[in-house]
Amino acid sequence: MAPLWLSFKLAAIVATLLLAVGLPVAYWLSNTRWRGKFLLEAIVALPLVLPPTVLGFYLLVALGSRGILGKFWLALFGHSLAFTFEGLVIASAIYSLPFTVQPLLTSFESVDKKLLDASAVLGAGRWRTFWRIILPLSLPGIITAVVLSFAHTLGEFGVVLMVGGNLPGITQTVSIAIYDRVQSLDYSAANQMALVLLSISFVVLSSVYALNRRGGWPWLVK
Amino acid sequence: MAGEVNAPSLAVQVRFERRAPSSSVFMLDVAFDLPAGITILFGPSGSGKSTLLDCISGLLNPVEGRISINGDALFDSAFSINLPPQARRFAYLFQSLALFPHLTVEQNVCYGISGHPLQGKNDRIEAILQAFHVQSLRKRKPRELSGGEKQRVALARSLVTNPRVLLLDEPLTGLESGLKSSIVGDLRMWNAANHIPILYVTHNREEVDALGERVIALEHGQVVSTGIPHEVLDAPRRSRLAQAAGFENYLEGRVLDLRGEDGVMRVGLGDSSVEIEVPLGYVSPGDGVRVAVRAGDILLATERPAKLSARNVLEGTIQAIEERGATVACRVQAGVPFIVHVTRGALRGLQLSVGQRVWLVLKTHSCHLVEE
Repeated sequence: MAPLWLSFKLAAIVATLLLAVGLPVAYWLSNTRWRGKFLLEAIVALPLVLPPTVLGFYLLVALGSRGILGKFWLALFGHSLAFTFEGLVIASAIYSLPFTVQPLLTSFESVDKKLLDASAVLGAGRWRTFWRIILPLSLPGIITAVVLSFAHTLGEFGVVLMVGGNLPGITQTVSIAIYDRVQSLDYSAANQMALVLLSISFVVLSSVYALNRRGGWPWLVK
Repeated sequence: MAGEVNAPSLAVQVRFERRAPSSSVFMLDVAFDLPAGITILFGPSGSGKSTLLDCISGLLNPVEGRISINGDALFDSAFSINLPPQARRFAYLFQSLALFPHLTVEQNVCYGISGHPLQGKNDRIEAILQAFHVQSLRKRKPRELSGGEKQRVALARSLVTNPRVLLLDEPLTGLESGLKSSIVGDLRMWNAANHIPILYVTHNREEVDALGERVIALEHGQVVSTGIPHEVLDAPRRSRLAQAAGFENYLEGRVLDLRGEDGVMRVGLGDSSVEIEVPLGYVSPGDGVRVAVRAGDILLATERPAKLSARNVLEGTIQAIEERGATVACRVQAGVPFIVHVTRGALRGLQLSVGQRVWLVLKTHSCHLVEE
């Protein structure tokens, strides 16, 4: 079960990291009047359309000992990022970025602008308005963002294979392990892990959809 | 008395432009002073009332102007002064009230003073909740409140901050009148102790009658009238400026006198001694005006008409007759030149000819004031 544990660890770290990055990015996107906004939106959405091999290839180059990120890491820690867990975190975070930013952006934009005006007139600055009004009212979107990025990281295969390889205990996530077992015709082990992954993903997603649909968020009910 | 404090007053002078995508430009250009007490900002929808409040509160930036309270500038385009809404200490109640849905009544009311020291804060919250009779609702969420309760809570939330000015954008729309007057009573009571200028926006005539000490009437982004409700609110008798298109007759004139009770005024035309009666406009005696009349709205008679409801009967002479398809245009000199349209049948029936003496009949409400 080591691959499963590794996948969970990876997904949890990536979801946390992405929330920290996604909140300011989404807030900025929801507020800016910058004309070039669409460029950033397009970049954020790129992982949705690119095949994992394309993304994985460039990431591998960047994370390797001659790549920008890899060189930086090499100077700092004495090894490059390719085929390491840290490299996997960075690659997965980039790959799952749209799954965090999109729900956050949608919920920030759906907060009634009059509430923000009211907050300003009552003396609250941007920071306070964000924490006291925007964030609590966007809670469903935040939870959706965390769950989606978690689930998406849990289920990724291509990018992990490209930049992580298949090192048991280091980069062998559950999806890679399943592939590995199938390759070696160990169907029962593959089935076990696949079943666990399937049920967990289903439970997580269905509970989020249920909460969003059934008025699990009392103040959002009209 | 040494401790005598001057009543605060808000001075507003604002010019604002909004270019809509459809290329029509909305212009707001107003100037007025607001003393302590309730002043009504009255005008039809689209006249710029909410835009004006947004400018005063700092949510919108005017193109130019100056907004000051007791001489203390909050916005001054000449000196690049522009305080953000947070720093103006104005209270602004939107029509939607904008109560924070995830916070309780108490948390909502607390929102504007949460930075203040705890001591005294609770007393203030207690006092304002009592002033607006919502102490029993403090643990409720906005969605558990009735319409009137929401309005009371929103007022409490705005006023607990001790604002310097209160702006109200149709806050009591949709409440039945008894409830409305009880809330307004509480507001008056509160302001008896606080003496701040209150600008109350409405397009509802009844509210003006019920509330008003002073009224500012806004139309097309301009102040058209200021005064006590009775003076200003005889608005139905005052007609808007008509579009200066589609009229055959434009008459330059000068206002002779206003007859407010009748909703009319007399206008002397050109340099002549001819006077006509037209609907009351936002003008004063002596003002130059342009009156537009459609050629088809003028009746033509070959004898002096009597016992008519129309107030304007002018004597003149036909100068020319031009047949234009189904209609016939008669040029008539009646002190000033007029064009009158009659039908071919009327031309034959009356046997009209050049040089003939005729009388023109103009109904008061066929005379439209147009912009210069």
